[in-house]
Amino acid sequence: MSAETQIHNIGYRKYDGPRLGRAYARRSLYVQSLRGAYGLGRSAKSKVLPMILFGIMCALALIVVAVAVIAKSETLLIDYTRYAIVMQLVIALYVASQAPQSVSRDLRFRSVPLYFSRPIERGDYVLAKYGAMASALFILTASPLLILYVGSLLAKMDFGDQTKGFGQGLVSVALLSLLFGGIGLVLAALTPRRGFGVAAVIAALFISYGAVVTVQAIAWSTDNLQAVTWLGLFSPITLIDGVQTAFLGASTSFPGEAGPGAGAGTVYLLVVLALIAGSYAVLMRRYRKVGL
Amino acid sequence: MRDPPVDDPARLPLPYGVVRLESDKDPTVRADVDRGTRHYGRSVTVIATESLSKRFPRVTALDRLSLDIGPGVTGLVGANGAGKSTMIKILLGLSPATEGRAEVLGLDVVTDGPAIRERVGYMPEHDCLPPDVSATEFVVHMARMSGLPPAAARERTADTLRHVGLYEERYRPMGGYSTGMKQRVKLAQALVHDPQLVLLDEPTNGLDPVGRDEMLGLIRRVWTDFGISVLVTSHLLGELERTCDHVVVIDGGRLLRSSSTSDFTQTTTTVAVEVTDSDTHPDGTAALRAALTAAGVTLHARVEEGLPGAGHVLLLEATGEETYDTVRDTVADLGLGLVRMEQRRHHIAEVFRPGTAADQSPEVQAR
Repeated sequence: MSAETQIHNIGYRKYDGPRLGRAYARRSLYVQSLRGAYGLGRSAKSKVLPMILFGIMCALALIVVAVAVIAKSETLLIDYTRYAIVMQLVIALYVASQAPQSVSRDLRFRSVPLYFSRPIERGDYVLAKYGAMASALFILTASPLLILYVGSLLAKMDFGDQTKGFGQGLVSVALLSLLFGGIGLVLAALTPRRGFGVAAVIAALFISYGAVVTVQAIAWSTDNLQAVTWLGLFSPITLIDGVQTAFLGASTSFPGEAGPGAGAGTVYLLVVLALIAGSYAVLMRRYRKVGL
Repeated sequence: MRDPPVDDPARLPLPYGVVRLESDKDPTVRADVDRGTRHYGRSVTVIATESLSKRFPRVTALDRLSLDIGPGVTGLVGANGAGKSTMIKILLGLSPATEGRAEVLGLDVVTDGPAIRERVGYMPEHDCLPPDVSATEFVVHMARMSGLPPAAARERTADTLRHVGLYEERYRPMGGYSTGMKQRVKLAQALVHDPQLVLLDEPTNGLDPVGRDEMLGLIRRVWTDFGISVLVTSHLLGELERTCDHVVVIDGGRLLRSSSTSDFTQTTTTVAVEVTDSDTHPDGTAALRAALTAAGVTLHARVEEGLPGAGHVLLLEATGEETYDTVRDTVADLGLGLVRMEQRRHHIAEVFRPGTAADQSPEVQAR
């Protein structure tokens, strides 16, 4: 060995730097989970599905905008509030694929105790995971609305109308993100098996919608429009439909135009808020059990 | 209360075949070991419990347990279901005790849980690693969960993984790791935020004998080299013998025995010495025996039998650190080669056998 060559074993170095505590840890977990929901910071394979779904969500908006610009039309082919309803299949697939990966992995591989042996607490963990899932869904559902809005302004549509519609759309998808995110996480957290989680989320979002639509159709055919209105309470997407019909100037997709008015709309809104709060409470309970 | 072993680094047990060097006696060399005591002055307590009880509807996991554990490596021994894991949960402030109180690093577990968890590391017994991420990514994430800023988290992760003996493989997904490597990652995530105390739950579970020895050696280093106190649980009394300064035995949630291993074995340490022969001393062992007897060292008449080269092993009584110096100097004066000089410790079982020296030892801390 030459005289210049030396191996330095610097030994153990202690850490005297800052320890940023709970709020920082919660924020870090939020950012990590949000990135993870789009496959960022994960394997190339796990980026494929969320990116394809995101692409589909935006592609339709681009087509609508292109048509509007070329045809020089006065209004968009599709309302801001209507977009998420039309695209509910894509949104449901996204929730079904990403909610289990966000929470099931920590449960299945039993990493949860590693979090709770740190300054971070149960509430921080649930808040970060829920916040990340809802934010990821908001990005998925609000991005196409932004494309529609920018496109409508490029097509020189009425600024006031479009801004109002865009704002109403944003409120609607924000509610939808919290509702779908909560339902998705609760179902995913109930089982450490990812496959079951995916199936449960799809069942909850689709089967309930299918059932509600079918029964609504039967009620409509018997001219029972009141039943049509109230039946909408029993599936997540029709709940959102009802809330935005009542308060956000949306046109309903219920048969016979039997969307809720302000009175029934209040019930819809309360049910949505109760489901969101309930999801949070169930998650908190769930993680009390797995603590350590 | 017993003095922490850091007060006199020369008294730390030596790994197999290692000769104590002059620098080991120099207090400045191991100055950072004093870290574990930095907040508490000289009379230190890392973990203190006072009639701590935990009762579940059908079982009593802990029954009026009172402990006083100082810095160093402490073994918590008990059969499965003896209450070890319950104890760790309470110490982390994650599970309330039914009665009694507990303090970790001078902080109350009921009121200061978050502060404790910031200063303590925890390695669970079970598998806890996601198979599809690399050790580096995982430990960086856990460092941030402990509050380390991003740059520091990356730097400490690289350092810590190197210290636990994980090199190139740290960039590969952990699904392909051996049990030994997984245990190292689990240890690394407990150490990455440079805690003052780590709680290791059955860290040798599932390891083969070689992996077990390596893990125990690593745990010893966590204290001697990193200055981090260790509470390590095991259901095997024997394996904690070389590793721990102090052993607490619990059974059915009750304190069975609490004793200092090093202090007990210190009083009767047997040292085995093996030397080569030389031209001037065709029988080096005999020459050394004569010289050591002349120097006043007590030699055991019995030499070990049945082992290869057993005739060349001298067993002598070490009364203190100066005995090691005497042996070294004597061997050097005779011009012989020192093959090995190692401590032969008594088995820990003797510590807990009634009627041994430990019984009369003032170091017993059971109250």
